[in-house]
Amino acid sequence: MSHSQATDKMMVELRDLNKWYGEFHVLKNINLEVKQGEKIVICGPSGSGKSTMIRCINHLEEHQKGDIIVNGIPLNEDIKNIEAIRKEVGMVFQHFNLFPHLTVLENCVLAPIWVKKMPRKQAEAEAMELLERVKIPDQALKYPGQLSGGQQQRVAIARSLCMNPDVMLFDEPTSALDPEMIKEVLDVMIELATEGMTMLCVTHEMGFAKTVADRVIFMDGGQIVEENEPHEFFNNPQHERTQLFLSQILQH
Amino acid sequence: MSSDISNSGHKPDGSAKQKAPPVSQPKFWNDPKKRSLLFQVLLLSILGFVFYTIIDNTLTNLEQRGITTGFDFLSREAGFGIAMSLIDYTEASSYGMTFIVGLLNTILIAVLGIIAATILGFILGVARLSDNWLVAKFSALYIEVFRNIPLLLQIFFWYYAVLRTLPQPRQSIEFFGSFINNRGFIFPAPVPEAGFGWVTFGFFAAIVASWLIARWARKRQELTGQQFPVALTTIGLIIGVPLVLFLFSGMPLGLDHPELKGFNFKGGITVIPELIALWLALSIYTAAFIAETVRAGILAVSHGQTEAATALGMSKAKTLRLIVIPQALRVVIPPLTSQYLNLTKNSSLATAIGYPDLVNVFAGTTLNQTGQAIEVISMTMAVYLALSLMTSFFMNWYNARIQLSER
Ligand SMILES: Nc1ncnc2c1ncn2[C@@H]1O[C@H](COP(=O)(O)OP(=O)(O)OP(=O)(O)O)[C@@H](O)[C@H]1O
Ligand SMILES: [Mg+2]
Repeated sequence: MSHSQATDKMMVELRDLNKWYGEFHVLKNINLEVKQGEKIVICGPSGSGKSTMIRCINHLEEHQKGDIIVNGIPLNEDIKNIEAIRKEVGMVFQHFNLFPHLTVLENCVLAPIWVKKMPRKQAEAEAMELLERVKIPDQALKYPGQLSGGQQQRVAIARSLCMNPDVMLFDEPTSALDPEMIKEVLDVMIELATEGMTMLCVTHEMGFAKTVADRVIFMDGGQIVEENEPHEFFNNPQHERTQLFLSQILQH
Repeated sequence: MSSDISNSGHKPDGSAKQKAPPVSQPKFWNDPKKRSLLFQVLLLSILGFVFYTIIDNTLTNLEQRGITTGFDFLSREAGFGIAMSLIDYTEASSYGMTFIVGLLNTILIAVLGIIAATILGFILGVARLSDNWLVAKFSALYIEVFRNIPLLLQIFFWYYAVLRTLPQPRQSIEFFGSFINNRGFIFPAPVPEAGFGWVTFGFFAAIVASWLIARWARKRQELTGQQFPVALTTIGLIIGVPLVLFLFSGMPLGLDHPELKGFNFKGGITVIPELIALWLALSIYTAAFIAETVRAGILAVSHGQTEAATALGMSKAKTLRLIVIPQALRVVIPPLTSQYLNLTKNSSLATAIGYPDLVNVFAGTTLNQTGQAIEVISMTMAVYLALSLMTSFFMNWYNARIQLSER
């Protein structure tokens, strides 16, 4: 169990968030407040809207109703606000999404150079520092295709961190990995968590949830069904659907 | 094999061979290697025989009709005029010159067509995927329409329906001293006067300066992160510097204005309607195919790439330029090459409207007048083969270069 590093500063706020895909109501009245330094783990059955919810936070998906506020910036039509929020929010995807035509180092410095207009020297120095933190500085000049899945995902984490984000979103970062590579990625995430990063992780790695999460959120049918601190969540789930879900994934 | 090695220490080669179990040799015609060799030799002999017969037969026929063979005809006087020539050509020029004139005209239309089709095709391909409904639908309509109408028909359309229906020279549409009529597009020819050298000098100086600025801007971005509008500066310099020098040196450029003399214009530069029609048709037709390959290339770049770039805060334009296009090019280049080859070969449809390309002039008029079919046709085929091979080699080289920078 971690002792919480949360401060009083509000980092991410979702208020009455609603989203439809055509007729299909994917997100129903989502309310969530994440304080600076808090770590949230989101779980739930497939199709429950977990990805959709966190992808709304950096506007990869558009929401139709409700408010999203990131570090005090409201997410609205204003393109300036959207850009500002994307600079503060890093995202790690299930399938890494590294740029295959660029080296690991170039992957990392691309956004700092073109978005933050940082000098290349400085960007490269910072990127190398981060690659060291994810323990692959020696792969800096290789291309993504030459790395293992675990290494690629660690590069993807480093690439996000290069933009110096205040919040990190993880969408099932380990579910495309072979079992022996899951640990190396989770270790990096745990380290990031201990350093005080605000994190929202969609994951079914319950060990990770128990170690770092301040709160675990269970989603089903586009709603937040249950929300609790990890010990209570796993040992004493309140809702029937949560109990069913936990019994299913703990079988594995 | 392994038993051979273990024995080889004690016994010389000969005895090891004796010990080897007898391998049953397959019958000659059952051994796949020998069989394929036999078939290839057979095929070659048949081909050789066929070609020998054809050539021998033709030569005999030609001899009987009193037509000489060989390439001597190339130095004889052609005696016919050509509507458009990039070099000096008169009726008194040789048949060899008709070959050069035709070749240059073919290269001209191919190069003009490739440039226009590439620009138009890339714009349409990107537009087809635009979020803007109207833009995307317009592009889709364009592609469907022009891809599915036979090229010859499109050439006829531009030539007969559009350009030939323009007014007579006497009723030309006039603007800025240029004229458009059914004989083509006639505009004033620039005639450089003393002092024009400065303008030329300014133009090349601007190119060098732009190159230096681009280098400086890249260095500065690496060091300080500041970006510089290189493209705009380059355009400004290359247009601006020669213009300023031109004005300050007293506009040392005379114009040879076209004038109506009798039924036609004298002076100026005339772009014949055959060239315009062929160029429009080839570019518009090929652009539709290029647009499709560009679209396929962009779609081949997974959506995750765009999402990752967007999540990193990159704008749409930068994502397209830095992430999507470089990856799409890998997929686009091979089909693009074959579109270029198609365009070059399709340019021989020029004959249908009388644009004096190689096929029309050399494999047409020259062949008819000399009757030396074998020489003329093989020279013409060799040209198309050489042009195609050159295009392929260049595109393969370019493809290898961009693939290499990946891995
Ligand atoms: N672009 C889309 N258009 C229409 N429906 C969509 C789209 N994307 C997702 N959906 C639907 O929205 C629902 C929620 O999808 P989402 O990807 O958020 O689920 P998830 O909880 O992340 O599931 P998983 O664990 O499988 O990743 C699913 O029913 C899905 O079919
Ligand atoms: Mg998901």
